[in-house]
Parts: sequence; structure tokens; C-alpha cells
Amino acid sequence: MSKIIELKDVNKWFGDFQVLKDINLTVSSKEKIVICGPSGSGKSTLIRCINRLEEHQKGDIVVDGMTLDANTKNIEKIRSEVGMVFQQFNLFPHLSILDNCTLAPIWVKKKSKKEAEELANQYLEKVQIVDQAKKFPGQLSGGQQQRAAIARALCMEPNIMLFDEPTSALDPEMIKEVLDVMVDLAKGGMTMCVVTHEMGFAKEVADRVIFMDEGSIVEEKPTDQFFNNPENERTKLFLSQILN
Amino acid sequence: MNFINWSKQNLFANWKDSLLTITILYLFYVSIPPLLNWVFLDATFFGDSKKDCTGGGACWVFINVWIKRFTYGMYPNDQIWRINLAFVIFFISIGSYFFVSSKIKKYIFIFLTVIFPFLAIFLFHGGSLGLEEVETRVWGGLFLTLFISVFSIIFCFPIGVLLAMGRRSNLPVIKYFSIGFIELWRGVPLITVLFMAAVMFPVFLPSGTNLDKLIRVIIAITLFESAYIAEVVRGGLQAIPRGQYDAANSIGMGYWKSHLLIILPQALKIVIPGVANTFIALFKDTPLILVVGLMELLGMVNMAKTNPAWLGLATEGYVFAAFVYFIFCFSMSRYSLSLENKLKTTN
Repeated sequence: MSKIIELKDVNKWFGDFQVLKDINLTVSSKEKIVICGPSGSGKSTLIRCINRLEEHQKGDIVVDGMTLDANTKNIEKIRSEVGMVFQQFNLFPHLSILDNCTLAPIWVKKKSKKEAEELANQYLEKVQIVDQAKKFPGQLSGGQQQRAAIARALCMEPNIMLFDEPTSALDPEMIKEVLDVMVDLAKGGMTMCVVTHEMGFAKEVADRVIFMDEGSIVEEKPTDQFFNNPENERTKLFLSQILN
Repeated sequence: MNFINWSKQNLFANWKDSLLTITILYLFYVSIPPLLNWVFLDATFFGDSKKDCTGGGACWVFINVWIKRFTYGMYPNDQIWRINLAFVIFFISIGSYFFVSSKIKKYIFIFLTVIFPFLAIFLFHGGSLGLEEVETRVWGGLFLTLFISVFSIIFCFPIGVLLAMGRRSNLPVIKYFSIGFIELWRGVPLITVLFMAAVMFPVFLPSGTNLDKLIRVIIAITLFESAYIAEVVRGGLQAIPRGQYDAANSIGMGYWKSHLLIILPQALKIVIPGVANTFIALFKDTPLILVVGLMELLGMVNMAKTNPAWLGLATEGYVFAAFVYFIFCFSMSRYSLSLENKLKTTN
């Protein structure tokens, strides 16, 4: 399988504090990886570096053949190929769900309004909120908002989807509806990097699980090996805490 | 029965409430009848000169006789139709804006923002196509108030928004220019700015060139108010969560697209009350142009009250001016409120 994301010796600091330490990670096309770890371990920062919402200071990140550097043309191109879903949904509150989905296709990809709306309806159908298309984000439940956010990202027809703790801000009864959409997406062959604590989801769809602690990748294994015989003590401790 | 119960509960619940109620009723009793007498019952409304005012109340004859000057300043009487025409076109296009389909709305908007300003200036000033030239120094009255306010508001808003964005920019040159600009204009009184525009500015112009005083004044007010707008808008920009920038960036939008489509629409909605506040203040600051010899509504009232034939009628003049200012300011305030409600997107 071809490499689609490649991180080589990536380091990042916030002031004096080093958040990422020599990260090496390769993701193949259509692969699904889950990144977990205690809070503050740098996992969100890591995936935010992949579409350059955060800048890394040392090392190389190559996404879909393009190197992430100060070249803004590249960055905008990469961002329109990499979809991202946030913990806080970050829908645009002044626009209807439909407009949230059509905005970027129209203004970034220069699609016609009609084309963009067809596309949006198709993806809203897929995440099962096409009946809410005319409403504003503030009128939807958390689970519906997060599904709308996934549809918004999909409307850019990305090759890669990044998920930054997509279910952490949701009420427990809404987590499943969002995870179902993500499982569905995974089965459709999307390349996915998911930061999550939902180990059930990891077991079901992940090809690989990565455990981070204090800015480093501590353990990186195929899913069943990760859960059945983790090697690192910190991984074992984390798993014992999170699985009980 | 209901009223008695209601007043027992709300007006006379205990002796303190009763005392307050009675005091206030007494104050109403002593102040309202004389006021009504002065404004309506004892007032004189019609006539030609001060001598017609025989009642003990207000002499509204003063307003009646001078209304043309209060409205149009010293604009020649036989040319006043040009001002009226421009305002009729203005109000018809704004009025029809609310009744037509969104397709035609677009054309009306373009007409109002692009074509109408030039059409209005042409009508007011003339000087070609058979229209007699009317110099800006005879412009005045309410007409001048509206002219200056409308143009200053139209120009100061976009400049203010740009300055607000500039102050938050990562580029040091733009950032410090914006800070310097805003702090400079906020740090000086409007009256000195107007004075500078009228007296000092021509000194710096190359000799032989001449920029109309009215234009200089509008530029001065625009720059002055844009600094205030900038700070109001900056407050709105700061209220937008970081996540909105992240989301806009993550779907491939750069600085301008994310600001124009995502950040500003939300930020400006938040600052509608503050912006309305600034615009109302701007409207009420227009009388200050008196210091450079331009006379809008209040200036004309001031001039009329010193006319030997009409001495002693300052009160009537100021009450009238206050009334007119109130109507415009109150309309702006109501409009901003309705805009807020219209743009609400949550329950």
C-alpha cells in the first residue's frame, strides 16, 4: 500500500515546553489508525500538525506527496484534501447545516451552487441528518451537530480524515450515533487518523493503534496485538484504567 | 376591582411604596400640565411673524416660517427640488427593497451603493448637464446633517473593519500601523480634528489645488469614527472562538475567505449594538461642523434665533432640533434592534 502520510523526526515546542518529541509515523492509503494516550500527551497536537493547524519546528511532514512548509499554496491544497472533525464540532453557527456543507465546495473548490447542494445532500443523507439541512447548528443536538461536522468535512471529498476526540464532548447516549457514522466511513475505505478513548471503536475498525505519552510515541502495534499483549508498562497501565 | 388589587400589590404594598407613589404622582401633576400647555394648548402654530405669537405657550410660528432653512440650509429655493428628488429616489429604493424578490434586491443594493451616491452628489452639486452649480458652502440644515452622516457612515465602517483586522494581524507593519492610527484618532477631540481639516489641511496641499471644505470635513469625520468602529469590531472578533478559525482553515480557506465568510459575519452580528451606538454618536456629533462654518440643522437653528426679528425663541428652536435628532436616532436604534432579531440563529 502506498504511503499517504509520512512524519519524520517531527518536533514541536510551545514556548519552552516540548509537545512532540521525534515523532516518526507512516500511514498508508486506506489505513485506519487510532491514537490514544493520557491528556496532555500531544496526540491532538500531532494530528493538528498533519493539516498544519499547528506548525512543527523540526522534522518533515509529507502529506499526499506534498511537504508541509511555509508555502501557503501547498497548505491550502493539503487542507482541502484532508478533512478534520473537532471535539467541539466547530460548525459555523450563522449558517444553516446545508450552507455549512456547501460553503467550502463553492468558495474553495469553485463548484456551482447546485452541484455543491447535491453533494451536501448526498453526505447529509449518509450521516442521516438530511431532514435537518435547513436548521441552524444551535437547533441541533450534540450528536447531530457532530454528524453534520463530519458531512461538512466529507463535502470537500478528502482523501484523509482526521478526528480529534470526536465523541469527547457528547452525552453518552449520542456517542454511538457518531461512532456508527465513523465505522461506516471506515468500511467505505477512507484513510482515517482518529484520536479517541473509545477502545471499542479502535478494536472494531483500527488497523493500528498508537499510544502516546509525554510527546512521544510509546507503543505502535496492529490492533489485536496492542490490546492482547502490550509491551510498555505505561500502555498496560493506561489500558487497565480505560478498559475497566 | 382588578386595578385596585393590582395597585395595592404594586403601588401601595407598604408605607414606603405609598410614599414613593404619591410623590411621583405629585411630580407628574406639577410638571405635565404646564408642559402640555406650553407645547400644545397655549402655543401658536400659524402665522408669519413673531407678533402672531400671542398665547403664553410656545411660538411654533418660528419653526413654521424657518422650516425651509432648517431643512435645506441656504440652498437656493428654486433648486430645492433636486434635494427632494434625490431623497425620494433614496426612500423609494429602500422601501421597495423590502417588497421585491431576492434577485431584484441585488440590483437595488448595487444601485444604492454604487450608482446612487454619485447620482445624489450630481443632483446636489450640479454644474453640468444643464444643472446649475450649487456650491457646498450654501448647503445646510437637516439635508447637510444627513449628507455628512450617511457618507461618513458608509466610509468609516469598512475602514474600521479593516483596522480591527489589522490590529489583530501577525504582520508587524500592519499591526503597528493600525494601533498607531486608532490611538491617534481616539486620542484627540473631534472638534480639533475638524478644525485641522478646515484650517491646517489646506496649508499642506500644493498651491493651486483646492479640496472642497465639505469633503475635508467628511474625510475627517470618517477617519475619526473609523477608529471607534475599529475598536468595537475588534471586541466582536475577540469573541469568536479559536475553533471557528480552525474549522475555516481545515476546509481550505485562507485568511480573506475565512474572515469574509466565517469570522466577520459572526463578529459583526455580535457588535451590532456597539456599531449602532457609534453611528448614533456620529449623527449627533455633526453639529460640531459649526466650528468650520458649515451649518447643519442645529447650526441653522442657532443662526435663526439670532435673527433680530425672531429674538427670544431659542427654546422653541432647540426643542424642535432635539425632536428631529431624536426621531433619527431612535429610528437607528430600532433598526439595529430589528437587525439583531432578524439575524438570530438560535432559539
